Amino acid sequence: MASNVIRNTWILTKIRVRLAMRNRTFLFFSLVMPLGFLFFFVTIFSKGDTAWTAYILGAILTMTVMGSFWGLSVQLVMFREAGILRRFRLAPLGAGPMLASSILSNYILVLPSVAIEIIVTKFMLHMQGWGNLWAIFLLVTIGSATFSSFGLIVASVTNTMQETQVINQVIWTAFLFLSGATVPLARFPHWIQGASLFMPATYLATGLENAATNLATHAEIITDVIALGIGLLVAFEISRRLFRWEPEAKLPGSAKLWVVAAMIPFIAFGAYENVKGDRLVLIRQNFQMLNSASMAAPSKSH
Amino acid sequence: MTGPVIQVEGLYKNYGTVTALRGVSFSVEEGEVFGLLGPNGAGKTTTVEILEGMRTPDRGLARVCGLNPEKSGSQFKEMIGAVLQSTSLPDKIRVKEAIDLFANFYRVHGNTNDLLKRFQLEEKRDAFYSQLSGGQKQRLAIAMALVNNPQVVFLDEPTAGLDPQVRREIYDIIEELKRGKKTVLLTTHYIEEAERLCDRVAIIDYGRVIKIGTPRELKHASAGTTRIEVRLAKPVENGVLGQLDAVANAREFDGTYVLHSTRAPLTIVALVKHLESDSNELQSLEMFSPSLEDVFIELTGRRLRD
Repeated sequence: MASNVIRNTWILTKIRVRLAMRNRTFLFFSLVMPLGFLFFFVTIFSKGDTAWTAYILGAILTMTVMGSFWGLSVQLVMFREAGILRRFRLAPLGAGPMLASSILSNYILVLPSVAIEIIVTKFMLHMQGWGNLWAIFLLVTIGSATFSSFGLIVASVTNTMQETQVINQVIWTAFLFLSGATVPLARFPHWIQGASLFMPATYLATGLENAATNLATHAEIITDVIALGIGLLVAFEISRRLFRWEPEAKLPGSAKLWVVAAMIPFIAFGAYENVKGDRLVLIRQNFQMLNSASMAAPSKSH
Repeated sequence: MTGPVIQVEGLYKNYGTVTALRGVSFSVEEGEVFGLLGPNGAGKTTTVEILEGMRTPDRGLARVCGLNPEKSGSQFKEMIGAVLQSTSLPDKIRVKEAIDLFANFYRVHGNTNDLLKRFQLEEKRDAFYSQLSGGQKQRLAIAMALVNNPQVVFLDEPTAGLDPQVRREIYDIIEELKRGKKTVLLTTHYIEEAERLCDRVAIIDYGRVIKIGTPRELKHASAGTTRIEVRLAKPVENGVLGQLDAVANAREFDGTYVLHSTRAPLTIVALVKHLESDSNELQSLEMFSPSLEDVFIELTGRRLRD
């Protein structure tokens, strides 16, 4: 039974990867656009300051990984609306392999983008060192799976592509602008910084930025990994429970409660970090260090 | 296997306020091609999808090979093959990939190359799904349904929307299944399809099975009447044509009067006389041997395409 699940997951993963490689829109959004942002941000904000270049790499990696959220929700809704999922339902497959394969294939597709972004930053944008590659790998792995699962939850609770796009837009905007993935978190008022700790994106963004700049200890990065890992387990189980093969299948009355449940780990982490944790202090300290390093080198400003 | 391969008893299904099934019952024996014949919205697809395990009935019993389709999971799915009313696959999947993909989900499966050959898809093996014609897509859907060499095959309107040539190709495939002693449940609203392919037919309308029998039995039940279809220059009053000699019943569909006659020559003579006395004119007259369409009209008062 378990071997069948693994086998079917792998079969589906392979075909999903192949289909994605034939999709030009996917290649543009997953590879070309993040690279464009990387060059743009480094040119505008870093101006040759290698510490900030590494920080920007962390932010771009965050966007690349978070893209899983958008891509998977849209794909699942599209497959459901077109009746493609119905055909798969007739085969001896469960929801588990369908969902796990979409997460796994997405991860396989994210890895080359991440590698290219790191290599381009290192050799074309002259980043010093490589950052903490193990930590980056770990965060990309867990982060990709977690945000994929969030995307699958969105796909399960929305009925149409239009609805999915609207909800994605709202969540994506919050993830992008309030997590430190675009504007450094330390620049925000303290109450926004506190609020950002309730968002999964913040753990990914701070983790990847710290890993890229080598500004955090392993223990600090492990906290981000644990937060995202718990989020992943909860989100995957909820997405499995809410999964619908049919476009007209009704959502269970408890669906909204399950969605709230997916946020519980981050509500808990956010509450802890706001009351007892030192994450915000570290974020502010790291920001100061980046600025100090930048000012110590007069020709390198941001 | 002893007993029927497919057993349906008193199936009920509502979609909100719409009642799709009102106590559907029938059974299908091993190796039989059984047809559900009825117009759109009669409840054919709902019945088939309950039997495929895709829908839950509100009430009643559905068994396939002795298993409850809804609760038997993989064991059940290994035994069946199905063509949905409308099959969709990702646009960029290639024909061979699609067959390979679905073949790999099953413990026992056929050879992809053999299936490509059998369904005349060899030339299209590397084509994307989006590049296939309607007929090729349907042949692929059937190939995918048979990839696990199933005991029971469900075909939900397999030829709907296809041109006559492609339809005949699909008929050949179903006849091959028949020769291979597969148990097939076929839904259709094409008379020709039911008459040519089915060992037995259940006529279904408004969620109820109205009559079950072999096509021959059903046609005999139509009292050996001949169908006469006439178009007239002026409309005639309700019930007048039904009074003509040897007319069993008469109905009007979109300006065409359909008379079922036990003795066609007598009816035609009487009709001409009536038209002369009524200063009316005959615009066209066609005669047909009794068909399942006539049975359906007799039983429901409607045509299959209404």
